[in-house]
Amino acid sequence: MTRPVQPILRPERTGALVAQDAFGVVAQPLTLWERAWNNGALRKTLLLILLALLWEGYARWVNNPLLVPTFSATLQAFWEGISSGVLPGRTAYSVRVLLMGYSAGIALAALLTACAVSTRIGTDLLETLSSMFNPLPAIALLPLALLWFGLGNPSLMFVMVHSVLWPVALNTHSGFRAVSNTLRMVGQNCGLSGAGYIFRILIPAAFPSILTGLKIGWAFAWRTLIAAELVFGVSSGQGGLGWFIYENKNQLEVPSVFAGLFCVILIGLAVENLVFRNIELRTVRRWGMQT
Amino acid sequence: MSAGDGSGLLLDVRGVTLQYKTREHLVTATYRVDFQVHRADRFVLLGPSGCGKSTLLKAVGGYLTPVEGEIRLGGEAIRRPGPDRMMVFQEFDQLLPWKTVKQNVRFALTASGLLSGRAAEERAAHYIDKVGLTTFADSFPHTLSGGMKQRVAIARGMAMEPAILLMDEPFGALDALTRRKMQEELLQLWEDTHFTVLFVTHSIPEAVTIGNRILLLSPHPGQVKAELNSLPPGDGNPAARKVLEDRIHRMLFTDQVEDAYVRPRGRDS
Repeated sequence: MTRPVQPILRPERTGALVAQDAFGVVAQPLTLWERAWNNGALRKTLLLILLALLWEGYARWVNNPLLVPTFSATLQAFWEGISSGVLPGRTAYSVRVLLMGYSAGIALAALLTACAVSTRIGTDLLETLSSMFNPLPAIALLPLALLWFGLGNPSLMFVMVHSVLWPVALNTHSGFRAVSNTLRMVGQNCGLSGAGYIFRILIPAAFPSILTGLKIGWAFAWRTLIAAELVFGVSSGQGGLGWFIYENKNQLEVPSVFAGLFCVILIGLAVENLVFRNIELRTVRRWGMQT
Repeated sequence: MSAGDGSGLLLDVRGVTLQYKTREHLVTATYRVDFQVHRADRFVLLGPSGCGKSTLLKAVGGYLTPVEGEIRLGGEAIRRPGPDRMMVFQEFDQLLPWKTVKQNVRFALTASGLLSGRAAEERAAHYIDKVGLTTFADSFPHTLSGGMKQRVAIARGMAMEPAILLMDEPFGALDALTRRKMQEELLQLWEDTHFTVLFVTHSIPEAVTIGNRILLLSPHPGQVKAELNSLPPGDGNPAARKVLEDRIHRMLFTDQVEDAYVRPRGRDS
């Protein structure tokens, strides 16, 4: 017959704590290499250099400058574009149109979201409109925009507003809805209502979502602009980066086509890593709302 | 009890029935509850889950309107949330994550228009010091432990110097050791200024420790079962404490078996 196992009765004991200075290592700085590897910017730079080397190697192996120019040829074309002043001019033109479209889109999104948070019919409106128009590529509206507004900036603005408005409004609205009930009650408890409540409680609490919306909106606007410029190119003798790419393709200046694309990428990287990243570090990361 | 004329009477809850809607049901949280809180009371609402104690506290906070009866604070009926009834919640996310400890306390003071500028700054610093967080005044909430976050929330509530401080299971999400410590600290703070507090809990020992008066509520819907006097604060007599806790336990749980499967569990806590 088996008996259930019983715990063995042992004597009690107390421990004598060792003094603080008796420990070997409590905290020791990391080595230089470990700290360098923890730096995200450095890791990404290394990755970019690796990609550039791969490109150079592949282009040399293909050996067809008309199809795949080498990285060095692209860099050279880029440099020539910059020193001749063509590329900066085109870039400035594109960025100006972009900022106009982006800010108009954000303003409209703010208006629509304000309606959505204040009334139920506003919410329905936002949900219906965004589920209708969000899946519609902005470029598909371009033919219509050209009919309505003709060649030129108004058409560009129209398609860009379309591409910015829906992601920004949707993200902002879902951010507002995700604000915790406790925070809302705290706001009311402090006697806040109306605009004070929106600006001092809702917007900061929904900021991670709002920022995501702004980032997506920026990327969509940039894509839409370049694509639209590629389609109808130039207006009033001045074109943007998309037109620069299109023009050089027609002249079979393939390194310059690559240089134009390179410029689009550089601006994208710069905005993401300098502007949005800094906003993120100062706000949502600092507040521990995003890791 | 002399109600109305007594100068000590602060909060008067009379025949309050509270209901809220879930997706499918209209739930009656409390049915004709009466109680009176006097100045400097540490008044505890105690009861099992579903007795409507949190809902009752929210009604005193002004977030919910009674369908029957009325709640008066200092003679005035309560209609909406306001800074004279500061609330301390159970949830750790009650601090604004985009503000530091000091800014959180100051925010309540300035947003409510109570104080501004230097006066708000000084009042905030004073109450942060009272809860022992001066060294963390410039830290953001996400860097603090749960107990520290609750201390900030208490400091924020007390800094407003409200007529009554409403605490909704403020230590419910803390570990047992921190909870004991926070209870002692709250009593010490009370010793300082003798503020009035309405405290919700479902822990009998906590109710006996914190309260001077305990309202026992029965569940589904919440009704007053008894209103008891607790022990004096810091009473070290374990025997008396045991007797009181056992008595409360018996009163709360004698009909527990019948209750358990009569109705579904409410949403409340």
